Amino acid sequence: MSALSRKSVRWGESILERAFFLCAFLSVITTAVVIFILIRETLIFFESVSVTEFLFGTRWTPLLEPKSYGILPLVAGTALIVIGVAVLALPIGVACAVFLSEYASARTRSIIKPTLEVLAGIPTVVYGFFALTFVTPLIRTFIPDTQVFNAASAAIVVGIMVLPMVASLCDDALRAVPQALRHGAYSLGATSFEVTTRVVVPAGLSGIFAAFVLAVSRAIGETMAVTLAAGATPNLTLNPLESIQTMTAYIVQVSLGDTPAGSLTYQTLFAVATLLFAATLILNIFGTWIMKRFREVYE
Amino acid sequence: MQPVKDLTTSHRLRQRQAKATFFKYFCIAVTASAVMILGILLYQIISDGYRWVDWQFMTSYPSRFPEKAGILSAFVGTLWLVSLTALLAIPTGVLAAIYLEEYAPKNRWTQFIEVNIANLAGVPSIVFGILGLALFVRFMGLNRSVIAGAMTMSLLILPVIIIAAKEAIRAIPNSLRQAAFALGATRWQVVSAHVLPAAMPGILTGIILALSRAIGETAPLIMIGALTYVAFLPESPMDEFTALPIQIFNWTARPQETFHELAAGGIIVLLGVLLVMNALAVYIRYRGSKS
Repeated sequence: MSALSRKSVRWGESILERAFFLCAFLSVITTAVVIFILIRETLIFFESVSVTEFLFGTRWTPLLEPKSYGILPLVAGTALIVIGVAVLALPIGVACAVFLSEYASARTRSIIKPTLEVLAGIPTVVYGFFALTFVTPLIRTFIPDTQVFNAASAAIVVGIMVLPMVASLCDDALRAVPQALRHGAYSLGATSFEVTTRVVVPAGLSGIFAAFVLAVSRAIGETMAVTLAAGATPNLTLNPLESIQTMTAYIVQVSLGDTPAGSLTYQTLFAVATLLFAATLILNIFGTWIMKRFREVYE
Repeated sequence: MQPVKDLTTSHRLRQRQAKATFFKYFCIAVTASAVMILGILLYQIISDGYRWVDWQFMTSYPSRFPEKAGILSAFVGTLWLVSLTALLAIPTGVLAAIYLEEYAPKNRWTQFIEVNIANLAGVPSIVFGILGLALFVRFMGLNRSVIAGAMTMSLLILPVIIIAAKEAIRAIPNSLRQAAFALGATRWQVVSAHVLPAAMPGILTGIILALSRAIGETAPLIMIGALTYVAFLPESPMDEFTALPIQIFNWTARPQETFHELAAGGIIVLLGVLLVMNALAVYIRYRGSKS
């Protein structure tokens, strides 16, 4: 190869490398643009509404007179869903993970895991449909005063939705516990229950906690199921049988209507989304950090 | 002499063993009920909607009259959306993964990009919708067009594609690269002729799963204002559109029972499409693992 052509090959190579770098850099640009847009519109929003009123106000009625911009009812609605998810998905997810990692044969695993993955792959709007047409009527046959739109139904389906993620992350955490620890406990005469609850689960606890944090983050950001099943009533309540509104459901409600850009209502979208973005981002970073920081390292 | 106490019949031990057995069956029961939920969900949807899924349903526009309503515009809209999203997201995602795995120096800057991608993957889809609304629909003036939807979806699934492609590329043994380098191949020749073909099954699987996600996503499309009533088919990327999940959402949100059945019909079609795509992914993974 002559010196010239080798040089031109290298020249082409460096162009390619730069093009590839741009593709990877696009993700950084995306994040920057998201943060820029959210912060810019939120700052404009705070010119009309004080930060204190927004964060600590107990009435959220931006679409009705008299208008009021206290986000607490939306936060309470979101919290109800999160509590429901924590009560449901966490214990069930851990039990599934214990079954998969401690009891199931390789064959059973190879059937159960993909089945749970199917559950994870179902679009969220389908869960919304399921909540409204199956879970809500079911709740209402047992507790007739339940409202048609209620937090409980939405929380149940969001719990089902995040279950595969919780189960899979916990399963990873439990399987990372070395066999020697189990063998040690068994050889001292422990039963499988004692090995699981006193050795394996404590050893995998950081992974389980991380799964929990990531599940909460998913539940906060979940949109379609809560929009369809939980209602559109910003309601400062902790009663799961009442109609509520989450932060995400509010964003959908506004964008379904015709809201002119630049209006205060349009800016509420960004204010709510900023809070949502910040909450999920912090939880995600926290969850990944726990997973990395507290991972027990056994040689 | 005192006889040795038989440990296997000791009350305490039996209690502990009973607890262990109970716990084992408890875990089995919980897992079984999780799987059962999937069964109930599918049964519920199929029994609600199967009567509506026919040729007329596939070839009609949405209508106020349930018996005349169909998903033609939604189905074609979804096809447009997924094709454009694939066109935008696949090359960008795969090239980004190639850069990060094959070219990027191992320094803080690269690490920053990787952490950033991982965090983007966890951002709620509705926030991407807000981004699409502010950037593509309003700022770039693309209105409620298919291309605005596809660009929003592309940003949403890019992290998924990048992460999957990176894993597939990382799984390729280094000896393959070194052998090609030793014969004088340039980095691009190594990547294009050796690494990419070997990593292709894994990359394709990731792409298909990411596109399945794009097909099912609803919230970002609602944010950018994909119309719920569209009685025409998009003819160019600049046309307005609707999509299957949007149509399902619209029907589910109505109070009448009949529209819920239509929604179930739409869900059957949607899940059918996803099933075909997932089967394809499993098949590719299986073929890849054999060779």
